[in-house]
Amino acid sequence: MNISNVATAPSREVNFAQRVFDLGESSLRELNQALHNLAPGSNENAWEVLNPKGSHSVAVGVDQPISIDVRGSVGYYCAGMNDGATITVHGSVGPGVGENMMSGSIVVKGDASQYAGATGRGGLLVIEGNASSRCGISMKGINIVVRGNIGHMSAFMAQSGNLVVLGDAGDALGDSIYEARLFVRGKVKSLGADCIKKEMRPEHIALLQNLLDRAGIKDAKPEEFTRYGSARTLYNFNIDNADAY
Amino acid sequence: MTYHNPPTTPRKSATFDDYAMSEIRRAAATGIYDIRGSGAKRKVPHFDDLLFLGASISRYPLEGYRERCDTSVVLGSRHARKPIELKIPITIAGMSFGSLSGPAKEALGRGATIAGTSTTTGDGGMTEEERGHSKTLVYQYLPSRYGMNPRDLRRADAIEIVVGQGAKPGGGGMLLGQKISDRVAEMRTLPKGIDQRSACRHPDWTGPDDLEIKILEIREITDWEKPIYVKVGGARPYYDTALAVKAGADVVVLDGMQGGTAATQEVFIEHVGQPTLACIRPAVKALQDLGMHRKVQLIVSGGIRNGADVAKALALGADAVSIGTAALIALGDNDPRWEDEYQKLGTTAGAYDDWHEGKDPAGITTQDPELMKRVDPVVAGRRLANYLKVMTLEAQTIARACGKNHLHNLEPEDLCALSIEAAAMAGVPLAGTNWVPGQGGF
Repeated sequence: MNISNVATAPSREVNFAQRVFDLGESSLRELNQALHNLAPGSNENAWEVLNPKGSHSVAVGVDQPISIDVRGSVGYYCAGMNDGATITVHGSVGPGVGENMMSGSIVVKGDASQYAGATGRGGLLVIEGNASSRCGISMKGINIVVRGNIGHMSAFMAQSGNLVVLGDAGDALGDSIYEARLFVRGKVKSLGADCIKKEMRPEHIALLQNLLDRAGIKDAKPEEFTRYGSARTLYNFNIDNADAY
Repeated sequence: MTYHNPPTTPRKSATFDDYAMSEIRRAAATGIYDIRGSGAKRKVPHFDDLLFLGASISRYPLEGYRERCDTSVVLGSRHARKPIELKIPITIAGMSFGSLSGPAKEALGRGATIAGTSTTTGDGGMTEEERGHSKTLVYQYLPSRYGMNPRDLRRADAIEIVVGQGAKPGGGGMLLGQKISDRVAEMRTLPKGIDQRSACRHPDWTGPDDLEIKILEIREITDWEKPIYVKVGGARPYYDTALAVKAGADVVVLDGMQGGTAATQEVFIEHVGQPTLACIRPAVKALQDLGMHRKVQLIVSGGIRNGADVAKALALGADAVSIGTAALIALGDNDPRWEDEYQKLGTTAGAYDDWHEGKDPAGITTQDPELMKRVDPVVAGRRLANYLKVMTLEAQTIARACGKNHLHNLEPEDLCALSIEAAAMAGVPLAGTNWVPGQGGF
């Protein structure tokens, strides 16, 4: 394995497949700029980030199909707006991991703070620990799989995509939900406005099995989950529904 | 001699006036609050309540059409590697595709580009029409994040983080189902025909400390190239401006209560927020207190109609202004030529504000394919450009009369006020006196 510091190494000397970037020695700006400078098809397709030490905005806006391993815990918005990269955080993440992700995948080996996967449009976010409140808020197509529990107000105003929770969900799950699908294996403390329990049909079993497979989860069966989604009673304003708000 | 009882003249209540009573009847009949577009319609202290003093012996004027009076403005010079340079200090405010038709958005881009200024996306994402026809395009980053993606972030010339707007500080929005066409639905990732709620808070940050981190993320994604604006409604302008600066904004956009909306409750529009005139001096004071006046630029919006309004806003300390409602009027909104159709909708030209219903006879606030054909984007764009140029000429005329060779050299000392209220809000003397009411704090 080569150790390289992009702040000092001219790009012509960096022609190996793996890059190691030490945030203890170089800045966040240098890391993200180096990631953004990658051209399509670059052979620098495997990155390792050392000593993140809770830094915010680690590996944001990456738009190439590379892999990035972050060795340690990070702050806010790690992998924000990821579009195609495979990013693994070997630690825990602060608020907003993978916010507005377009495609690719993010795996968090530890826990996640608030707003995990907020407004995400595509790709797969896997949290192997627990996720805090508002997980999947306003999600727009992303798939989120949480091995542990999720906090209150998760999937608030969730528009599209799938949220899979192997543990329990907190209060007001799926409040004001649109067309996103929620699958919870454990208990749900309470459902939010317009979110209801729904039938698990064969297509949902197949969908869930696919998501579990992609997340590398082998100790859970789709049949153990309950599906939740929108009752669609709040889709068009009706004064007689005002009590629901 | 006979006595009779002469009748008194029928007298209507000033409290229960015709409008108040009609609203009570409407509420009783429908069971729902009134939703409408546009900004506050009530009369509030405004730029009309200020006058320029002009030059005389103590100051000498500049010659019209001969001595130069610059109008350019640079926005985003604090942190951005690529600040925006505009020929005129009048920008086009954010208005969404969805609330506006595609041709209307294209016309805004065309007009702004001809005039040398920027236009702004809105809640709903960036369309190819407006990107293609806008030389300088500001991309709004809104709580709903409808249409948000990193590609468009990088295609934008600046990014405006919308915290609030003057018509509804603290409020979100609702695009009713009748305006949700296939294209609008696709851009917003929601089913066609349902009401689309735009959230009032951002989904992944709350408060100024989080905002600072959010700004860092957007700067990192865009490699610190783009100016980052923060837009706030006119609520607590001193503190909101100070906190936006603290969070790292390059530009603060401050929208007073006359600023328009596509669709909001009437009670919200008319009863929440402060008049534009009342917002400017506190915001400028915040910038001055932080040593950031002219370093972080201030854009003021809400009720800007002509070059005098532009000049007055700049004299009070703004770096630029922004127009929304006025731009739509220039395109053809509320034009008397459509009076017959306004009458059929139960209103009249000049009063039409049911922009959310999608039936706009002028073809601007609609997604109806037939109605939107009424907007020729080339012609409407030219009209907007003409209007922007007239406003600029008017502002220059006033600035020269005050002896200023750049619009930014206008200052509060060039102004007086016609009312005590306006004097207090603008921090300038009441006409004929040296009295500035309300000094001593906001």
